[in-house]
Amino acid sequence: MNLYGIRAIYKFEMARMKRTVMQSVLSPVISTCLYFVVFGSAIGSRMGDIDNISYGAYIIPGLVMLSLLMQSISNASFGIYMPKFSGTIYEVLSAPVSYVEVVIGYVGAAATKSVILGLIILATAKLFVDYTVLHPFWMLSFLVLTSITFSLFGFIIGIWADGFEKLQIVPMMIVTPLVFLGGTFYSIDMLPEIWQTISLFNPVVYLISGFRWAFYGVSDVHVGISVGMTMVFLALCMTAVWWIFKTGYRLRS
Amino acid sequence: MQPDISVRHLNKTYGDGFQALKDINLEIERGEIFALLGPNGAGKTTLISIICGIVNLTSGEVKAAGYDIVKDYRKARETIGLVPQELNTDSFETVWDAVSFSRGLFGKAPNPDHIEKTLKALSLWDKRNNRIMSLSGGMKRRVMIAKALSHEPQILFLDEPTAGVDVELRRDMWEMVRKLRENGVTIILTTHYIEEAEEMADRIGVIRQGEIILVEDKAQLMTKLGKKELRLQLQHKLEQVPGELTLEPVELANDGWELIFTFDSQQEQAGVARLLRTLGDLGIEYRDLQTRESSLEEIFVGLVHE
Repeated sequence: MNLYGIRAIYKFEMARMKRTVMQSVLSPVISTCLYFVVFGSAIGSRMGDIDNISYGAYIIPGLVMLSLLMQSISNASFGIYMPKFSGTIYEVLSAPVSYVEVVIGYVGAAATKSVILGLIILATAKLFVDYTVLHPFWMLSFLVLTSITFSLFGFIIGIWADGFEKLQIVPMMIVTPLVFLGGTFYSIDMLPEIWQTISLFNPVVYLISGFRWAFYGVSDVHVGISVGMTMVFLALCMTAVWWIFKTGYRLRS
Repeated sequence: MQPDISVRHLNKTYGDGFQALKDINLEIERGEIFALLGPNGAGKTTLISIICGIVNLTSGEVKAAGYDIVKDYRKARETIGLVPQELNTDSFETVWDAVSFSRGLFGKAPNPDHIEKTLKALSLWDKRNNRIMSLSGGMKRRVMIAKALSHEPQILFLDEPTAGVDVELRRDMWEMVRKLRENGVTIILTTHYIEEAEEMADRIGVIRQGEIILVEDKAQLMTKLGKKELRLQLQHKLEQVPGELTLEPVELANDGWELIFTFDSQQEQAGVARLLRTLGDLGIEYRDLQTRESSLEEIFVGLVHE
């Protein structure tokens, strides 16, 4: 195991986060806080409770998930896309590091950033909305697991992308709609039956439902299914990464 | 002693069917400076990229420092430093961070003393806290060399290292190459400046259309393929080569004011004496004469255009 190699990549990526703290930390924190202000403090008081939870508190897990998914994907995809774009990837390809070590370095750093970001958002949410965390261990587990899974997904996008547009497409065009329609702002029980069924095909439903369960003990689907679905997605991403490095897809000709 | 680089029956065909390398066989000894020459697109960079692990080989076997580059890729790659042709550098990192990153990536424990020594040797010490994007092109090139040397490689690849760099940097670079060689580092370089290869290299390999067409000790190559030329500036203009000399490899130049005699440098110098004697017999007088050997560049151009 080339531990120095992993550390070098990890440190390099974390340094990038420090340099871009406005973009990668402050901006998602501020935009999420705006939701808390508008839906929690301003409009929230006029909305009914869902599952006996105030509306402002109800939307917190979903909004944290939104930031987590977006930032994990964008951090990890950018992290591996930039060396490809600038050509410095030659160094990683010629170094005595295995692909597992490369992935641990890049994805580990991206996931770390996401976890830190998630915790900052949760801390600032306290300023606007009163909420509780019923199962702190599971809350943290979901936070970490989701960060790792979607950082891995972002890594795949970064390797697949051959232009900046493709880097943006997946988070903006796919992830955002899935999160908004995945029960961030409502319980899917509130939907007509046909839409409930359709929603179950949205993987983000399981993430948000499980995460919300960790906060308030209520969920749209059983928490076991949430954990299971996250693991399935994690396994799919791992398989894709394994295939990428085995074939050299877009990395080694 | 085993060679530092050993390439056997190496073939590379890219995905689009282009065969970049054809049955390459090459051995490079420890501590030598090997110059790989060839026209653009001949396969120099592909060959280097395969040895360094950036491009996959199609068939054949490559060993670096005795380790197979596929099966034993960790050990093989630890021994190699690469300065690629393109100026691919980070932008926002400082020089110090970028060079330290490279050392870690290659599995070496941090060693600030070595980084300091490397940066000083490359006149980068004053710039160590500067962001790379603020450096000039020549300085960026130095950073790339520092990165390649950060993990104390046994084998160093320099792919067109002096393309587009100023005279001072070029001189520094060759000074550094000499020092590295004194320390036993094996150096493989490609260059367009053939006079550099002529000055620096111990052996020369020529690659053309994916095939190694020649590997030769530089001195031997120069004698074997080099031509010598004797130029005589005549006292009186000649209209044509005298009949007595038509069998000799002579020609007139400079409107008949100059006589050029070409001969293999391997040949005995007898030809020159015979020519001068004949000229004396014919009463052809000359004001001055010079001999010159053909440069590696002329030999190279002759080879690749065959």
